[in-house]
Amino acid sequence: MSEIEGGGGDKKKGGKPHGKKLSTRVDFTPMVDLGFLLITFFMLTTSLNKPKTMELNMPVKDDNNDKTAVKVSQTVTVLLTGNNQIMYYFSDPVTLDPMTPQITDYSAGGVRPMLLRENRKRVPNIDSVQVYKDLFKINKMKESDMKANIARLKGDKEGLIVIIKANDTAKFSNIVDILDEMLICNIGRYAIVDISEPEKELIKSSAPLLEAALKATK
Amino acid sequence: MAKVKVPRKSTSVDMTAMTDVAFLLLTFFMLATQFKPDEPVQVITPSSVAEIPLPDVDVMLITISSDNKVFFDLQGEHYKKTLLEKMGKKYSIDFTDAETTKFSKMSSFGMPFAQLKQYINLSPEKRKEMPSAGIPYDSLKNELGDWIMQSRYTNNGVRVAIKGDRDVSYPAIKKVINTLQEKDVNRFNFITSMEGS
Repeated sequence: MSEIEGGGGDKKKGGKPHGKKLSTRVDFTPMVDLGFLLITFFMLTTSLNKPKTMELNMPVKDDNNDKTAVKVSQTVTVLLTGNNQIMYYFSDPVTLDPMTPQITDYSAGGVRPMLLRENRKRVPNIDSVQVYKDLFKINKMKESDMKANIARLKGDKEGLIVIIKANDTAKFSNIVDILDEMLICNIGRYAIVDISEPEKELIKSSAPLLEAALKATK
Repeated sequence: MAKVKVPRKSTSVDMTAMTDVAFLLLTFFMLATQFKPDEPVQVITPSSVAEIPLPDVDVMLITISSDNKVFFDLQGEHYKKTLLEKMGKKYSIDFTDAETTKFSKMSSFGMPFAQLKQYINLSPEKRKEMPSAGIPYDSLKNELGDWIMQSRYTNNGVRVAIKGDRDVSYPAIKKVINTLQEKDVNRFNFITSMEGS
């Protein structure tokens, strides 16, 4: 295939005798082959995007540590049942009894509107978080200022506190999904807590309701 | 009859431009990517909106497969060598220098410590065939806790990343988190993939 031919140059008649000129053209086909072979190799053996991570802070395990007391009216308990469903309930601010649980799911129209609504009720200017982020994006605000402002809003003492309790039938993706909702809804205070026996009973007893809700969404 | 002469044209094309393109792409792939780590199990991570990238160094990776088995990896070859020595001392199993070197080149592994020596001495092809039992993380026999503790002694700036399959059941995750908390690790990262990909 390779052609280093002595073409051109010495066709003239009656010229001065001169050395045979060699063409400088080289066949590049093998080089292209090699190049594409290496590309294929790199495409198959490497990963392009770095994995993303989600940070989670758990409280220090210490039995002597007195637990932080919070107002019952501020909290919502979110139970992660199996089958990608969520049950949540508020507690009556006066009698402290849990109110009727509601059933929903992880979709955008599921638990998110409730969390946004409840958080907005308690921290009316929580939506400014997005404003700060946008300001940072168009370089109107320094990153440190943005972070400080967001931390101030999220750390509001009156903000909604979400208590996440996962049933044994819940999956890892459910945990990540609900933590995702915390990020999306700008909820600053949430905790993953072990589920209690009465709550397990509650899930068990409301199994027909859960099933009906599952059928309704399908 | 006289033959009609068809002028023959050369079929060779100038390949220079194609070479340029090929090597440009090659350079791009070499610079923009990193090698896929050898994974003992296929894990499909859940998707999330989180945007924090995983750091390249000082990571302790705990992989949980969909059948609730736990795999462990510590980044950094020299850290891994000291880690194996420390673990060997704790469990009174001696490892030769060749074995520690082999271990430091391995990726995630998941088996009880007693089987580790045998696993190290297998060829990489044979390792894949060996059924992985996962690192025991029951409260009775918690080897995962020892791995975590010794890793923190080896590299105290280590960060913990948990890579769980989306179908791992909650009790398994809880056990791993409890193990971490027993070892005073209260801050860790879940590895997720990008939403919508």
